[in-house]
Amino acid sequence: MQDMLLEYLPVLIFIAIATAVAAIAIGASYVVAPRNPDSEKDSAYECGFEAFDDARSKFQVRFYLVAILFIIFDLEVAFLFPWAVSLGAIGMFGFWSMMVFLGVLTIGFIYEWRKGALEWE
Amino acid sequence: MMSQSLVMGPALPEILLAVLALAMLMLGVFRKGDTTALVGWIAVAGFAVAGVMTLMGSGHDTELAFGGQFINDGFARFTKVLVLLGTIMTTIMALSWMKREGEGRFEFPVLIILATVGMMMMISANSLMSLYMGLELQSLALYVIAAFQRDNLRSTEAGLKYFVLGSLASGLLLYGMSLVYGFAGTVSFDGLAEIANAGEVSTGVLVGIIFMVAGMAFKVSAVPFHMWTPDVYEGAPTPVTAFFATAPKIAALALFCRVMMGPFEAYAPQWQQVIVLISILSMVLGAFAAINQTNIKRMMAYSSIGHVGYALIGIAVGTTAGIQGVLIYLAIYLFMNVGAFTIILAMRQKGRAVENINDLAGLSKTNPLMAAAMTIFMFSMAGVPPLAGFYGKFFIFMSAMDAGLITLGVIGVLSSVVSAFYYIRLIKVMYFDDVVEPLDRLSGATQKAMLAISFVVILLFFLVPAPVVDGALAAAESLTGGTSALASSH
Amino acid sequence: MIVQGLIFYMLAAIMVASAFMVVTSRNPVHSVLWLILAFVNSAGLFLLLGAEFVAMLVVVVYVGAVAVLFLFVVMMLDINYLKVREGFLTYLPMGAALGVVLLCEIAVLAGGWTMAPEAMGLRAVPAPEPGTISNSQALGQVIYTDYVYLFQAAGLVLLVAMIGSIMLTHRSHPNVRRQKVADQIARRKERTLKLNKVPTGKGIS
Repeated sequence: MQDMLLEYLPVLIFIAIATAVAAIAIGASYVVAPRNPDSEKDSAYECGFEAFDDARSKFQVRFYLVAILFIIFDLEVAFLFPWAVSLGAIGMFGFWSMMVFLGVLTIGFIYEWRKGALEWE
Repeated sequence: MMSQSLVMGPALPEILLAVLALAMLMLGVFRKGDTTALVGWIAVAGFAVAGVMTLMGSGHDTELAFGGQFINDGFARFTKVLVLLGTIMTTIMALSWMKREGEGRFEFPVLIILATVGMMMMISANSLMSLYMGLELQSLALYVIAAFQRDNLRSTEAGLKYFVLGSLASGLLLYGMSLVYGFAGTVSFDGLAEIANAGEVSTGVLVGIIFMVAGMAFKVSAVPFHMWTPDVYEGAPTPVTAFFATAPKIAALALFCRVMMGPFEAYAPQWQQVIVLISILSMVLGAFAAINQTNIKRMMAYSSIGHVGYALIGIAVGTTAGIQGVLIYLAIYLFMNVGAFTIILAMRQKGRAVENINDLAGLSKTNPLMAAAMTIFMFSMAGVPPLAGFYGKFFIFMSAMDAGLITLGVIGVLSSVVSAFYYIRLIKVMYFDDVVEPLDRLSGATQKAMLAISFVVILLFFLVPAPVVDGALAAAESLTGGTSALASSH
Repeated sequence: MIVQGLIFYMLAAIMVASAFMVVTSRNPVHSVLWLILAFVNSAGLFLLLGAEFVAMLVVVVYVGAVAVLFLFVVMMLDINYLKVREGFLTYLPMGAALGVVLLCEIAVLAGGWTMAPEAMGLRAVPAPEPGTISNSQALGQVIYTDYVYLFQAAGLVLLVAMIGSIMLTHRSHPNVRRQKVADQIARRKERTLKLNKVPTGKGIS
C-alpha cells in the first residue's frame, strides 16, 4: 500500500510544480505587466465579437448525440483494461466473456451505423 | 468459482430474451420499411416462450446461477410469469395503437424486451449488485420509452421527469446499498441474511436499509416518493402508461418483497414501521387525491398509488400470508389495469384520442358493452364482491388482522371506501350523464380480445380462485421459507 | 502515515469546497469547471485508498467525457440563469434547516454505529493480498469470471443507452445527399470521363 502510494509521489510533485508555475505566471503578469485600461480599448473593434458576452447559444442536438455515444464507447473501453492485464489468469472463459460483451456492443454499433447516427450530413 | 459462475440454466429465459432483443435490433435496422409490427409480434412470441420456459423450468426447486448472483425460486417464477403476462398484453395494446397512430418505431418493442429482461433480473436478484444492474437496465429502458413520442411536449416532459427523479431514486438506493455493504461486509443476500440472524442490529445497516426502502418506494411510486407518477402517467403515450402501470410495478413490488423478506427479514421489527407509514400514506393519498382529477390517466395514476399502498400492507405484515396476499393482489391488479387501459385506449372521438373522464359521458347509451366492462373493472378496483379486486384486498386485510396490525387493516378498509367514491363516479358519468359526443366504436380484434380476457378474469375469478391463490401461497412459501420472524414474535 | 493524512485532508477539503462552489457559482459553466476539480480530487482520494483503477477511470470517464457532456448541455440550454436562481434566498432557510437536521441525525447515529463483527473479514474476501498484484489485475481476475453475470448486464445497459440516445435525438433527413466513400473509391475513369476527338474547326455538335 505504502509502496504503491510512493510511486505516485512524482505525480504529486508534478501537480505542485504545475500549480506553482501557473500561479507564478499569472501573478507575475499581474505585478509586472503595464495596464492602462480604457473603455475604447476594451470594446470590440467595429463589428467584432463582444469580448465579454454570454457564451451560450443553442447547439445542434447532434453534438450531444456524438458526445453520448463517445461516453458509451469510453466505458466499453474501460472494461478492456483490466481484461487485458489479467487475460493470462482468467483463461478461455474470461476471453469469451469479453467477446460476448463486445458482441453485444458491436450489435449496438451496427445499429448506430445503419441508422446513420455516425454521419454528419 | 469459475465453474459455478458458468451455471446459467436457471437464467435461460432471460438469456433468450436478451438474445432476442439483439436479433430484433438487427432485423429492424436491416429490413426495409416499417418493421414495428413484425418485431413487435416476434417479441410477444418471445415473451410467451420465456413465460413457458419459466413455468416449465424445474418444478419447485430453488436454483442458483452465476455463482449465486441469480436465484430462481417459486416466488421468482410466479412474479416473472405475471410480469411477462403484463408485458405481452401491453405490448399488443401498444402495437395496435402504433398501427393506428402511424407512430411505429421498431426500437420500441426492442426496448420493451430489454426492460423485461431487466425486470426479470430484478425479480431474480440474489445480491445487491445484481439487484442494481437489473433495476438500472429496466429503468433506463423505461425512461426512453416514456419519451417515445419525442415531438410531443408532454411525452418528452414525462420522460425527463421520470429520468431525473428516477436517477435520484437510484442514487438513494445505491447509497443505501453502499452503507449496507460497508457495515455488513457483503452484498450477497444469503450473506446479509446470515449476518442479520447472527448478531445484534447494526445502526449502519439499518440506515442503509432505510435508504434502500426510500429508493424502492420511489420505484413502486409509494407516498412520499410518488410525485413523478401522475405527471409521467399523464404525459406518456397511453399504451406506455398501461405498460408502466402493470409490468414494472409488479417487478418493483416483487423486488421490494424479496429484499425485505430475504436478506433483511431479521430486521423486520425495525423496518416494519417505515413500511406501515408509507403504506398508510399511499392508501390515503391515493384515495383522496384521485377524487379531484379530470384526466382519466391522472386518476389511474393516483389509483395505482393507492393500490401500491394496499400491496405494501402485505410486506409490512411480513408473514407468508402477507406475501401471498401481495402476490394475489398483483395478479388481480394486472388484469384490472389491462382492462381499464384497453378502454382508455379506446376513448376516441372521431379518430382523435381523448382522455378526460367527462368524455365517457353516456357511454352506456352509445356503447353498452364497453360501459359494462368498465363498470366491472371500476367495481373490482373499488373492491366490490364478488369481483376479483375484492379477493385481492380480502387476503391482504386478513393477513394484516392475523398479524395484529389492526390499525393498518382498518385504515386500508376506510381508504378503500373513500376510493370507491371516484371509481363509482366514473360509473355514474357513464350511466347517468348525457352524451356530449359519442366515443368511436371499439375497433380491432386484439383490443376486443384483450378486453374480453380481462373482463372474464375479473368477473369469474371467484369461481376458480384456486390456481392463483395456491400458486401465490407456494411462491410466498418459497420466499419466506414457510415461517416468518414476525409471526413467531407476535 | 502523517503525509498520507495531510494529503487526505487537503484533497477532501478542496473537494468539499469545490462541491460547494458547484452549487453556488452564478455561471453554470463555472459550476462545471468546479465539478471537474471535485472529480479530480475524488480521483486523488481513490488513489489514497489504493483503488488505482477506479481513480484512473474517474479521470478518464468523468473528467474526460462526462464533464464535457455537461458543458455541452449547459451551453445548449439557452435560458436565463438569473431567473432560475430566483427564490434561492427564500428557499435558503428551509433548505439550511433541513441540512442541519440531517447533520444532527447523522451525528446522533454516528455514535451508535457498529459494524457487523464479520464485516472486515467478509469484505476482504474478494480482494487479493495488496502488493502482490496490481489493482487492475485484481479487478480483471473477478469481473470477467466470477461476476460475468453483472458484466454482461453492464453490456446490456450500455446497449440500452445507445439505442435510447439514438432513438430520442437522431433524425434522418432523407433529402440530404450523403458522402458515399465506397462509391467514390470504386469509381472508375471510364464511367466518368469521355474523350471526344474534336476535329479542328468543326466544334462539337
